[in-house]
Amino acid sequence: MQTAENERALVALNQFEVGQSGVIRQVGGDGRIRRRLFDMGVTPGADVYLRKRAPLGDPLEVTLRNYELTLRKSEAEVIMVELDKEVRK
Amino acid sequence: MKKFALAGNPNSGKTTLFNTLTGSTAHVGNWPGVTVDKKEGVYKKCAEPISIVDLPGIYSLSPYTPEEVISRNFILDEKPDCIINIVDATNLERNLYLTTQIMEIDVPMVIALNMMDAVEKNGDRIDAGKLEEKIGLPVVAISALKEKGLDELMKRAYEVSQKPRKGTTVLADTKLMHLIGDCRIALEGQKVDNTLFHAIKLVELDEIEVQMHPESAKMVEEFKHTFNDDTFGSDFEAIVADSRYKYISKHYSAVLERKKGADRQKMSVSDKVDRVLTHKVWGIPIFIVILFLIFHLTFSEDFLYLGAGGVFDKEVRAYDATGKAIETFYDENGNMLQSLVDAEGNQLEGIFYKVGDALSDEFYDEDGNEAELVVDEDGAISEMAVVPYAYDQHGEKIKQFYDKDKNPIDILTDDKGELLPLYDQNGNLYGKFYTADGYEAAIVTDEEGHFEDVEFVSAIDEFCAGVDAHTFFGYEDGIFSPGVILFNTLDTFMGFLTACLTQGLSTAPAWVGGLVVDGVFGGLFAILSFLPQILLLFLFFSILEDSGYMARVAFILDRIFRRFGLSGRAFMPMIMGFGCSVPAMINTRTLADQNERTATIRVIPFFSCGAKLPILTAIAGGIIQLTGIGNADLITYGMYLLGIVVAICAVLLMRNTTMKGEVPPFIMELPAYHAPQFKNLMLHLWDKTKHFVKKAFTIILASTIVIWFISHFSWNWQYLPDESMDQSILAGIGGIIRPLFTPLGFGSQLSARWGWVFVVAAITGLIAKENVIATFGTLAACITSGFVANEALEGVDSVVEMISATGITVPALIAFIAFNMLTIPCFAAVATAKAESPNKRSFRFTLLFWVVTSYVVSAMIYIIGSWWWTLFIFLAVWAAVIALIVLNNKGKIDIKAFFEKLKGSFKRKKA
Repeated sequence: MQTAENERALVALNQFEVGQSGVIRQVGGDGRIRRRLFDMGVTPGADVYLRKRAPLGDPLEVTLRNYELTLRKSEAEVIMVELDKEVRK
Repeated sequence: MKKFALAGNPNSGKTTLFNTLTGSTAHVGNWPGVTVDKKEGVYKKCAEPISIVDLPGIYSLSPYTPEEVISRNFILDEKPDCIINIVDATNLERNLYLTTQIMEIDVPMVIALNMMDAVEKNGDRIDAGKLEEKIGLPVVAISALKEKGLDELMKRAYEVSQKPRKGTTVLADTKLMHLIGDCRIALEGQKVDNTLFHAIKLVELDEIEVQMHPESAKMVEEFKHTFNDDTFGSDFEAIVADSRYKYISKHYSAVLERKKGADRQKMSVSDKVDRVLTHKVWGIPIFIVILFLIFHLTFSEDFLYLGAGGVFDKEVRAYDATGKAIETFYDENGNMLQSLVDAEGNQLEGIFYKVGDALSDEFYDEDGNEAELVVDEDGAISEMAVVPYAYDQHGEKIKQFYDKDKNPIDILTDDKGELLPLYDQNGNLYGKFYTADGYEAAIVTDEEGHFEDVEFVSAIDEFCAGVDAHTFFGYEDGIFSPGVILFNTLDTFMGFLTACLTQGLSTAPAWVGGLVVDGVFGGLFAILSFLPQILLLFLFFSILEDSGYMARVAFILDRIFRRFGLSGRAFMPMIMGFGCSVPAMINTRTLADQNERTATIRVIPFFSCGAKLPILTAIAGGIIQLTGIGNADLITYGMYLLGIVVAICAVLLMRNTTMKGEVPPFIMELPAYHAPQFKNLMLHLWDKTKHFVKKAFTIILASTIVIWFISHFSWNWQYLPDESMDQSILAGIGGIIRPLFTPLGFGSQLSARWGWVFVVAAITGLIAKENVIATFGTLAACITSGFVANEALEGVDSVVEMISATGITVPALIAFIAFNMLTIPCFAAVATAKAESPNKRSFRFTLLFWVVTSYVVSAMIYIIGSWWWTLFIFLAVWAAVIALIVLNNKGKIDIKAFFEKLKGSFKRKKA
């Protein structure tokens, strides 16, 4: 189990295509932004789904813990996600 | 009285619950201190009355935003008897995160599981009993909107408030519990309350906590070195947050039963709406159209541009006595006329039409009134001017007057200009005269004594005769928008009251009538009549906010705002500024970054508020009426746009000079769309109305009386009639400071006698912006004795009076609008800005910023508007300023050092 997970590469949330989903594994960043991400439910183990990008390409809208959250690409950069479906059947 | 606090996530239905529980007893706190922004009301259906406090919506008790700090301090310091934690059942997981933090505080607590109806509608089920069992706190399922379960909620809250509760935590099973325990012991030794809560926050190394208990924080730091978790290392903050969510997920799955086979990614109505509103291409245009529609619906006098589109265009025609339209016209010799004007475009002297073979020049309008032709320069009939007649008591038209001896007379006055006794052809003396509509009238003659017109004897009659459906709904140029119709309705009512007052006081001494009609009621009505439009605008913004669209607007616009060093979230307080600056400034507390907050507070007044609108509409209306060019809608929209542009430039300037810093983060919930609640909207509006009316009857009323007083008394306390107002105290004050405003176009260059009016109006605007036009109203009544503004738009009339009395130019008028829009806002907003500023220095700078910005922008408008080529000079100056700032920020030059050096050399010279 442990080795299988380590083998699978993590993708930063800002690299997602619209419609992709996955499970959050790491939340990086510093101080207040990180604290805020935790408060909003962006924690390791949570499912995340990229719904759309804003008309100007940024920020992003994700579905998470059954609600819609918006955050900028620069803030999504620190969220490392294990992609669903692509590798896993 | 027991005190219960409502705490919960934003958008969890807290305000709805608060409104339902407290009903009409709720009052919005006043805004001076940071401590009082919570709302308070009384719940009466319990054994004893209970004070309910509505705390700001928060996601966590960490000190991320000022609102979170307020809520946290309120719960810790004010020690409410019970906390009602509202949890949105449709979003249980994230909402319970806050619950797991509040329950660590030693305070009785009840969980209100709100929006249960929405959960059931989705086909899901939440077992409240099971949740209560797991979490160890009373849980009551409610629907704040449908008012279900509220009595039960309050009953249980009252029960638990009877005895104290010790805080509990969901972190009991984690590796950190040992450390938390140690911290608790240390804190207990220091006699601190709520040791569990403080200990956990210490372990998280929360900023506030570390500051309060530096000793214990050291202990946590030391422990960190010896601790290692497989996943998180020694990142305690992450471990705590993760543990909370793990605990929630574990128990949450047992509580929630999802509908079998439910498809998570299924499109709901909300999703479909969202797809359009945040569309890649259409999202931004749709937003701009919505914004324009709101202003159009509120302010346009040509609704949907039907009038401009020609829907109401009608040819004016002349009719004969039998009501038949006249097709061809003849000259006095019976030759058919090709045109009604001569080569220069002047109307011909004699225009006739044929009745049988005879010629006649007795024209009638379409209603059968005898009328004269008025022809425009293209030879088309532009108007049928009704010929005035006096009528006798039988409603018969009086075409000829006679003297006592039945001789017809044309000169109706004696050598002193007094009206002679007038008789009919039978030698009977006329008692009274009447208008065509049967109102009592007096005869008006020209200088030679010929009959000219009739005038109303009673102000009430005059007013009533002037009102018809057109007053409310519009003229041939188009129908009014709903906002303007509402405005006219209230305005007409006010006009009626004024007419009654004028009539009632016609026998009182002149200064009493003046004070009551012009000083008190004139000013007051001018302000109150704008209330409908302000409320309508506010209503539209409330709908946008309640429906969830406002959050999407922030989402759409964040990319743009980031360029200016703000987040999309700053958009909300700014757009609220269009309604009123006071709540908008308070709303900046949702911004996490102090620099962003200060910058936003400073530019909020540039988003022209409802009270500044009268200045815009009245002056724009005045410009149109005088020059006949342009479009009042367009000028208003343009000035709003100017405010936005200035705000953007100002923010950019600040973020690059005095308030450099990182772009603040943008991590925000996007609530599901839903139809706005009528009741909430109405409560919102009611609050607003109360506030506005209160303001009108206190500070504005007081200042209109003061202004009337200092404008009707001279320096040696002599009462001045209207026409000698230029000797008044007010004129004196205006005259002294007037030269300061010369670069803005409304200073020394205006006519010497009345030129100070604009300066004085701007000064009175510092008390409240509504005063600017109210002052015009008072002054207009003084400039033209007998000035009665009984037209639909009395503000416009006053402005027209001002313009003709002072000879102010159009660029100067626009500069005047800009100055009032951008300068120091009303007292209420200034007080709010002061309370929301981090320190006195910042507040003083804010005041200076407003004065300088308004002065510079208005001066630019006036100077460029008057001499277009100066545009290039200004462009060059600004380019130089921007270049200096950029170079300075890149480190190529150091402006600060340069100034220091300059100061140094100056001092040396002095020495």
